[in-house]
Amino acid sequence: MLRYIGKRLLWMIPVILGVLLIVFALSAITPGDPVDQIVGSDAAPEVKEAMREKMGLNDPFLVRYGRYLIGIVTRGDFGTSYATGEPVAKEIFQKFPNTVKLTFLAVAVALIIGIPLGVISAVKQYSFIDNASMVFALLGVSIPQFWFALMMMLVFSVKLHWLPTTASTGGALGWVMPVAMLGIANVGNIARTTRSSMLEVIRQDYIRTARAKGQKENVVISKHGLRNALIPVVANIGNTIGVSLGGAVVAESIFSLDGVGLYMLNSINNRNWQSVQGGLILIAVCFSVVMLCMDLIYTVIDPRLKDEFNAKSKIAANKRAARKAAKAARS
Amino acid sequence: MAKRHTPAMAKIAAKREREIARNHGKEVQSSPGKEAWKRLKRNRLAIVGLVVIALLILVAIFAPMLAPYPYNVMDYDHPFEFPNSEHWFGTDQFGRDIFSRVIYGTRISIPIGFMCVIVAFALGGTLGAIAAYYGGRVDNIIMRIMDIIQSIPSMLLAIAVSATLGGGMRNLIIAIAVSTMPARSRVVRASILTVKRNDYIESARAMGASSRRQLLKYMLPNAIGPILTAITFSVATAILTVSSLSYIGLGIPEPMPEWGALLAASKAFLNTYPYMLIFPGLAIMITVLALNLFGDGLRDALDPRLK
Repeated sequence: MLRYIGKRLLWMIPVILGVLLIVFALSAITPGDPVDQIVGSDAAPEVKEAMREKMGLNDPFLVRYGRYLIGIVTRGDFGTSYATGEPVAKEIFQKFPNTVKLTFLAVAVALIIGIPLGVISAVKQYSFIDNASMVFALLGVSIPQFWFALMMMLVFSVKLHWLPTTASTGGALGWVMPVAMLGIANVGNIARTTRSSMLEVIRQDYIRTARAKGQKENVVISKHGLRNALIPVVANIGNTIGVSLGGAVVAESIFSLDGVGLYMLNSINNRNWQSVQGGLILIAVCFSVVMLCMDLIYTVIDPRLKDEFNAKSKIAANKRAARKAAKAARS
Repeated sequence: MAKRHTPAMAKIAAKREREIARNHGKEVQSSPGKEAWKRLKRNRLAIVGLVVIALLILVAIFAPMLAPYPYNVMDYDHPFEFPNSEHWFGTDQFGRDIFSRVIYGTRISIPIGFMCVIVAFALGGTLGAIAAYYGGRVDNIIMRIMDIIQSIPSMLLAIAVSATLGGGMRNLIIAIAVSTMPARSRVVRASILTVKRNDYIESARAMGASSRRQLLKYMLPNAIGPILTAITFSVATAILTVSSLSYIGLGIPEPMPEWGALLAASKAFLNTYPYMLIFPGLAIMITVLALNLFGDGLRDALDPRLK
């Protein structure tokens, strides 16, 4: 198990290298000069050239790539924002709490509504409540989120004056609409996944066995049914958390919520490539960590998988040993 | 007439005869595709979705005939008109007819949605198929690269790529295709893997079929079910992504009547003329809903185990 975790953590190194390569490639072909942001676009060419030289922008692609990597490894330096002169890592971590809060609230809403909806739909398949909740879920995944946000603003802010239109003002009330906006799609997604996974599980023999031994129906559903149906749901949640942590870009920009997504959007729009680089690397690491956590949660839900992880590394070890033996025999 | 050995065979033969009779004496060859189509036809919601998609495509083709006004002609005498009998969806700040703009929007949003998916599957699908076909080290390398791309959230990657390439339809398609490529490659890889070990592949190889022929002629047609379903859902997501990108100003620029761009242009009037925001959003929602309904039906029809 530990071996597996260690392997997954090591895998983050190539991920970081790859992400960095992608961002460097993008910044290399992008039009516009980062120097313009620091000295102004109408500065004298000599000033610009000097600045470029000072920032090392004239160096070849691979030299810049290597220098940036060495900066990360030796000093934990993810670069300096062109716009503010602050370290990128510091800026990102300042924005991170807002994004984390938004993500977890939205996922919590989705779980609290989505899972019961999916379970009830599956248990009472083709009933009125099944049809109603599946229509709701389908609308949830089909509605454009930003339009849903605009419609909520129209009703709750413009007409009723109940909620503020930005998340930064109005305290807790300001969070209602951003969370609802991200929540609605997630509710739909999770309800649909839960339903189809539950439907498969309910027809298994062990459910019939549980019923036959006189187990209470709600225990059959929650303990024997739901637990076995949860794996696809957890996979879905993991993906949602990973993606939203990377910045629920549209939600943050509509409600001017000062999070990672808005920061990344502004950095990309302003060609602030240092911030984009640092930001994307941190986001990719977060994403990998979330995915690893989800894999570990699988083993809690279904302990059989733990053996599989262990077995996998054992099989691999056996293969390695066999290969070594074959090599030794040949030579 | 074949001999009817067992009651079951007799039943099948009778059914076949009934079918031939229904088709005016012509013999009907059944195939997995035809069976799936039969199951799909029974699913009313899926057919509703399919009809709506067909109608939207017709609207896109005949937009100039259907739209009462040109989409880009400004009429400064009639700005901000509330929906009425002359302007069904009202007019915008320049007096342009919103109904006509939404109709012309089908010509942008729907083809872009399809193009994004076609390009994404052409890139990702090819890589996924190669990974599944060769397996081993090739598979490992391709899929690890896909993992790396996927560790950047696709919305952010799409934003970064489209900011790099600049706005416009072609660049937007590239941006979305690149950012969704890993997920699409996974779908194709998984479905090729499920058919790869079948005996008919073995026999094709034994007869000397080239790897390209094996892939295209034998594996792909047998693995097409999940891929078709994924394509349908991907078009829905692509249309949503395109409109959100246009909304935050990175997609199709304003004078074009793309639905997301229409919403972006009218968001300033949320307080004053909110009717402008309703119809483009509804158009997106109906399109995506139809695609999702059809996708659900397709999934059930192509995978009878689910029923």
